[in-house]
Amino acid sequence: MDLIQNFPFFCIIMCLASGVICSVLSGKTAKRVCLTLVTVLGIMNVCVLCYVLKTGESYTFMMGHFPAPWGNELRIGVLEALMAVFFCVIMLLSLVGGIKFVFEDIEDTKTNLYFVMINLMMSSLLALIYTNDLFNAYVFVEINTIAAFALIMIRNNGHSLVAAAKYIIMSALGSGLILMGLSMIYDLTGHLLMSNVKEQISLINANGNYAMPLTVVIGLICVGLAIKSSLFPFHSWLPDAYGYSTASSSAILSSLVSKSYIFLLIKIFYRVIGMDVMVDHKITNVLFAFAIIGMLMGSIRAINAHDIRRLIAFSSIAQIGYIYMGIGLGTQAGMIAAIFHIMSHAASKAMLFIAARGLSEVSGGSKDFSDLKGAGYRNKIAGVAFAVGALSMVGIPLLAGFTSKVYFAEAAVIASPKKMWIAMVTLAISTILNAIYFIRATISIYTPRNEHYAVPGYKCAKTMTVALVLFIILNFFLGIFSNSIVQAIETGLGMFA
Amino acid sequence: MSRQRSNYENTLWRKFERWVNGEDNSSMEASEKHEEKIQRISKEQQQDVVDFEATAEDVNELISKEKKRKIEALYRKYENWPQTKGIKIFTGLYRAMAVILCACIIALLLITVSYLPEFGNANNPANNEVPERYIENGIEETGAVNFVAGMILDYRAFDTLGESHVLFIAACCVLILLRADKKKEDKKKEQKKNITCVVADGNDRIYEPKNDKILQKIAFILVPPIIIYGIYVVLNGHLSPGGGFSGGAIIGAGLILYTNAFGFKKTSEFFTYKTFSTVTVCSLLFYAGAKSYSFYTGANHLESHIPKGIPGNILSSGLILPLNIAVGLIVACTMYGFYSLFRKGGM
Repeated sequence: MDLIQNFPFFCIIMCLASGVICSVLSGKTAKRVCLTLVTVLGIMNVCVLCYVLKTGESYTFMMGHFPAPWGNELRIGVLEALMAVFFCVIMLLSLVGGIKFVFEDIEDTKTNLYFVMINLMMSSLLALIYTNDLFNAYVFVEINTIAAFALIMIRNNGHSLVAAAKYIIMSALGSGLILMGLSMIYDLTGHLLMSNVKEQISLINANGNYAMPLTVVIGLICVGLAIKSSLFPFHSWLPDAYGYSTASSSAILSSLVSKSYIFLLIKIFYRVIGMDVMVDHKITNVLFAFAIIGMLMGSIRAINAHDIRRLIAFSSIAQIGYIYMGIGLGTQAGMIAAIFHIMSHAASKAMLFIAARGLSEVSGGSKDFSDLKGAGYRNKIAGVAFAVGALSMVGIPLLAGFTSKVYFAEAAVIASPKKMWIAMVTLAISTILNAIYFIRATISIYTPRNEHYAVPGYKCAKTMTVALVLFIILNFFLGIFSNSIVQAIETGLGMFA
Repeated sequence: MSRQRSNYENTLWRKFERWVNGEDNSSMEASEKHEEKIQRISKEQQQDVVDFEATAEDVNELISKEKKRKIEALYRKYENWPQTKGIKIFTGLYRAMAVILCACIIALLLITVSYLPEFGNANNPANNEVPERYIENGIEETGAVNFVAGMILDYRAFDTLGESHVLFIAACCVLILLRADKKKEDKKKEQKKNITCVVADGNDRIYEPKNDKILQKIAFILVPPIIIYGIYVVLNGHLSPGGGFSGGAIIGAGLILYTNAFGFKKTSEFFTYKTFSTVTVCSLLFYAGAKSYSFYTGANHLESHIPKGIPGNILSSGLILPLNIAVGLIVACTMYGFYSLFRKGGM
């Protein structure tokens, strides 16, 4: 066995260990440890990705001396490695971009705990991506939930405490539903390993026994994961949680935490229950319907928002709707579009959150649009980054958002005629709605007024400039070189089955 | 010079501009309307007075005006209706819907349970090769007489590693929420001193029973056996029911009883925040280190150099005993940590 094959396991253990170590370090040292760790993780995962692409096959990694159904197992394929690399990049950039505000927003004695949470969050993200065992996935869902809760709460003012309370109530409900679904799966199949469960479920589906519990299981798991990734009717926790936490936390929550649950759902679709069974049970249609409503409702709420952070948060609801629409199409092409949109949305949303914080920094700390007027001139790089992110979300060619919209449209054309019409019309309407609120936000930022906030000699923090420039490059990269990425996603999905 | 239209404030363009600038459209409109209405009403009232003084010319007109005024009065009465009574109705409906929804979900889950495989049936899908190997080869492969310990700490050790980090991260969360900052507290105290000296401190620790003789005597008898029993459960985790999680909880309960009887001052002689963090960090790191050795050797098909020992002896079953001790320490520290953080915001 090659050394590279051990890397995913090393990554997870290193995250856990450094999270524990950070709890006894000072804030500054913990920051260094954390940033180094995420960089190392990125490099290791790139190695894994290259290795898997070269061999062209997925492999399983036995955790311990006992083979799979008895012990735990990791599974590494192209799609998993690609997602891991991407998550590491976004995590690193959002941390670097918001690092200054982390030290501003959080009490000095508690900054090291912030990095504890980041490390453990990273471990849970990687474990959710790589795991091949349902119960193992649940354990790391728990770590993920608590870490996300802490990331919201650590700012410790009234708003963020209320937001955290809302988040933990909804999220714990989601975890409970997932656990119920998983225990029923164990009762029906006698396995927790994904590939074995899939075999048993195809047998059950062929026999026609237990059809009713199987539907309930699918429903429970989908609803649980939909609550955690804030699909439309379950989005009530989202605007507060994204709006009132510190900039890095919002970026991480919107671009990584909710995406990791969606990735888990996709994994369950393909590797646990099977795409055909999912389509048979009509769950894709349900997800599709809610996704369509979510796409419209999120945008409409965003139009009325007066607060820049809440505007971005409401737009997240719409974008999550896009991803679920791709899944709900129930075809391979839809899934590819959804996975690509996970990436493009993560790249632009994280950038928007960081840029919004940079803009409100030069507007007296206010997030209101009437105060933000002209902020684009005062903090140039943040203004440019916000504009790029907004254009990408609207879907201007050359940017990531445009490419994913094209893939959605292509996937919709192949799907069944009814879904095609609904998807196309909603895509068009929602693009216009996106344009309405994002263009308005950009205009308002570049209206030359409100000079009494001008900070003479203001310079954007170096870390933030670097992070925003890299984010802009990433957005253009995803928009222009999307072909190779989509190909990798396609091979990865092929390995899933 | 460009002219401004007289009704510029109400034009569509002005509305759009206000929206772009982030000014509140709706409230402004509402308030404008409200003012207009008030003006109109007062004007009408004035006119009425004039009309009345100038002798009633047209009785019909007066009657119709009276009607109008009555309707307006009614309108004014119910203007705030949505804010007062509407909310009440909405909350009631909301609660009723929530109860109905919960009842539906409970009914659905109960119906599903009736469709699941019968409990305890030997032919259930859950009784397959997985538990078979645990039961038949468990002792031989893990060296632990207690299957459960063998399963959670050897077969599926990665899950348990995650679980122990869940405990750790929960403790960290409570630390973030509740740890009182000494500097901040001092500042608050100074402020309070400046304002008034007599105002009762928000701290209710002063009113706690101190030196309760009965509690102290009983704790004096009970605490040593509780802690020794906890240690016994941890150390025999691989031989008899129990293990790190349950034993650690017992030790933690003993510590909490001790603190209740003798106060934080006495406990802090041997258990401070420093002890808490050192013990937790060392045990978690030991756990991660030991298990990554066994994961690494297992995955790469290398030989593990940890002796299994003879099943049934106290020194047996490879890594399970030290791992049980580590888990026990983590659980005990977390239990006590939770208690003291919730009680006084520190250790």
